Amino acid sequence: MAEVTRTYKVGQHPDLPPPRSEVGVIGWVKYNLLSTPFNVIMTLLALWFLWSIIPPLFEWAVLDSVWTAESRKACWAKMEVPEGAACWAFIKDRIGLYIYGFYPAELRWRVNLSFVLLVLAIVSVLYENMPGRKFGLWYAVAFPFITGWLLVGGLGLTHVETDQFGGIMLTFIIGITGISFSLPIGILLALGRRSTLPVIRILCVLIIEFIRGVPLIALLFIASTMLNYFLPPGTAFDLLLRVLIMVTLFQSAYIAEVIRGGLQGIPNGQYEAADSLGLTYAKSHLLIILPQALKISIPGIVNTFIGLFKDTTLVLIIGMLDPLGVGRASLADAVWAGLAREVYIFVAIFFFICCFGMSRYSLWLEKRLSTEN
Amino acid sequence: MRNKITSVIAALGTAAIMSATANAGTLDDVKKRGALRCVVSTGIAGFAYPDKSGVWKGFDVDFCRATAAAVLGDAKKIKAVTSTGKTRFTKLNSGEGDVLWRNTTITFSRDVGVKLRFHGVNYYDGQGFMVNKKLGVKSAKELGGASVCIQTGTTTELNLADYFHEHGMKYEAVAIETNDEARQNYMSGRCDVYTTDASGLAATRSTFPDAQNHVILPEIISKEPLGPATRHGDDQWSDIVTWVYYATVTAEELGVTSANVDKMKSSKNPEILRMLGVEGNQGEELGLSKDWAYQIIKQVGNYGEIFERNIGKSTPIGLARGLNALWTKGGLQYSPPFR
Repeated sequence: MAEVTRTYKVGQHPDLPPPRSEVGVIGWVKYNLLSTPFNVIMTLLALWFLWSIIPPLFEWAVLDSVWTAESRKACWAKMEVPEGAACWAFIKDRIGLYIYGFYPAELRWRVNLSFVLLVLAIVSVLYENMPGRKFGLWYAVAFPFITGWLLVGGLGLTHVETDQFGGIMLTFIIGITGISFSLPIGILLALGRRSTLPVIRILCVLIIEFIRGVPLIALLFIASTMLNYFLPPGTAFDLLLRVLIMVTLFQSAYIAEVIRGGLQGIPNGQYEAADSLGLTYAKSHLLIILPQALKISIPGIVNTFIGLFKDTTLVLIIGMLDPLGVGRASLADAVWAGLAREVYIFVAIFFFICCFGMSRYSLWLEKRLSTEN
Repeated sequence: MRNKITSVIAALGTAAIMSATANAGTLDDVKKRGALRCVVSTGIAGFAYPDKSGVWKGFDVDFCRATAAAVLGDAKKIKAVTSTGKTRFTKLNSGEGDVLWRNTTITFSRDVGVKLRFHGVNYYDGQGFMVNKKLGVKSAKELGGASVCIQTGTTTELNLADYFHEHGMKYEAVAIETNDEARQNYMSGRCDVYTTDASGLAATRSTFPDAQNHVILPEIISKEPLGPATRHGDDQWSDIVTWVYYATVTAEELGVTSANVDKMKSSKNPEILRMLGVEGNQGEELGLSKDWAYQIIKQVGNYGEIFERNIGKSTPIGLARGLNALWTKGGLQYSPPFR
């Protein structure tokens, strides 16, 4: 094809696309990985590092791994070198225990149903475009109580003691209760702390500062041991309930401070504008202040939630068996003992999926609620 | 104001004392509840662990089942109250558990200070050392200069320091938290020696791909008598737990097993007949049914059976009876007579 040459007047030449070497994959590599000699060295080092880590890890965890075996010995017998690859058969063998804890096997459908209800509740809270969202929100409010009844039983269902709860189910119960109850309580505490009524303010400050000043593990110990000494015999109530209350209180104090930060980030003009419209305290907060304050607090709130979700593993110390606890208890079974790596990697993957999901959602929410151009 | 505060504190204190003393009648509580709550560990190889369907198994759990068989006539009616080393005594003393079968070393301070009642030693343990055979070490006295994996904050740490000091040897401590961590450190060669209770060493060694290359040294440097405990203040309940343990030992001594216990009911030995409730009313004196010991042996087995099933030679843990053999066979397991 003959080359077409055209002449343009000065200033009339249309913008040309940037040269190939400056955009696309090549450009990206050039600017981000190879821009200076130092970066070239760092890139090479990183490549070498990945090369030496990923293929063996992949081989260990996927290619050579064993998925069906009756015991550790049988597992190792299937490998070229004993302990040379992951033995996921151990996790597979115990998956029921990891998910349901000690929940009676014939009643596990109740837990499964709760998981389904949970997904529905999450969807109706998180996605605004869902049809019939108003009912969805009411449902989400009722969800903890429905599930509570479903899991514990009573009123027609067989009663299951909460000391049989364990595994992933227990993590979700503690995490979701903490998250869903601590947000409203935290908002109230934050508003209370900024209140002009001294009694309310001092009370809220005391609660927040006391709870924030004590480590969660200490609160859990109080819940599991001290309360029993103080309550008259026979009245000591359920350990899980005590733990839930402590976790929720702990979380509320942190959420309150995060939201107070958000409230302080709202310019005074917004408060004055709300007042000048003649709105009451409740209306001005519900319509003007809180929506803005909550929006700017999202990263902090999600951060606190992720922290809480991971802190649920602390219940291990007071003898409740969350996935980590189930894993450690399973390691005491002489048939499988010694496969600690598999257990910890499995639990890590579980927590990573949950926490990464939360953090992605918060990013999405921030973008959606952003009012800037 | 001060008066008010004082009275509140007094009320709380009274409540605390009440809850500590109002535990008499554990037997009635257990019968009413229809389940025995045993404080067990959150997982110790061979002693307490959940199987894949969540059923608790192990040496300690079997003794818990024996107690349930004696009290409720059904070894399945147990509830495992899982507890860590830190919470076990509070769980018992606050009434969340009825009896503690949890790999617990009997010591003066626990018996007297924590106000527990211990009932015999169902497992004699002791702290030992494990090394790789290629080091060529034959005795713990040759361990001078070695690096030792040791769990922090335990009595084993103090025992180790005492032992090395006594023999004028030096060592480098590698502090670890859990057994899994010790295993990793020991296998990677970070420490030459791993020290903990001998039963724990055997359990850990059984998980090595090359178990035959590791040896547990003959020296046992501490006494770790493990036994069941109950709260102060309920003598009847204490007697029951004591004699549940003795029944398993006596049964082994007299050759009564879960297989032959029905035949033994027509034995000529008066002690067997008394124990199994064919003659006399020992069960009723304890506040239990006549056939309490029969139920233990029928449903759970005698001491030897419990030992072999959970930690004995045929299990992956593979412990020899050693000190835990019957006194007639050179061990320390000895029960007072059923008379």
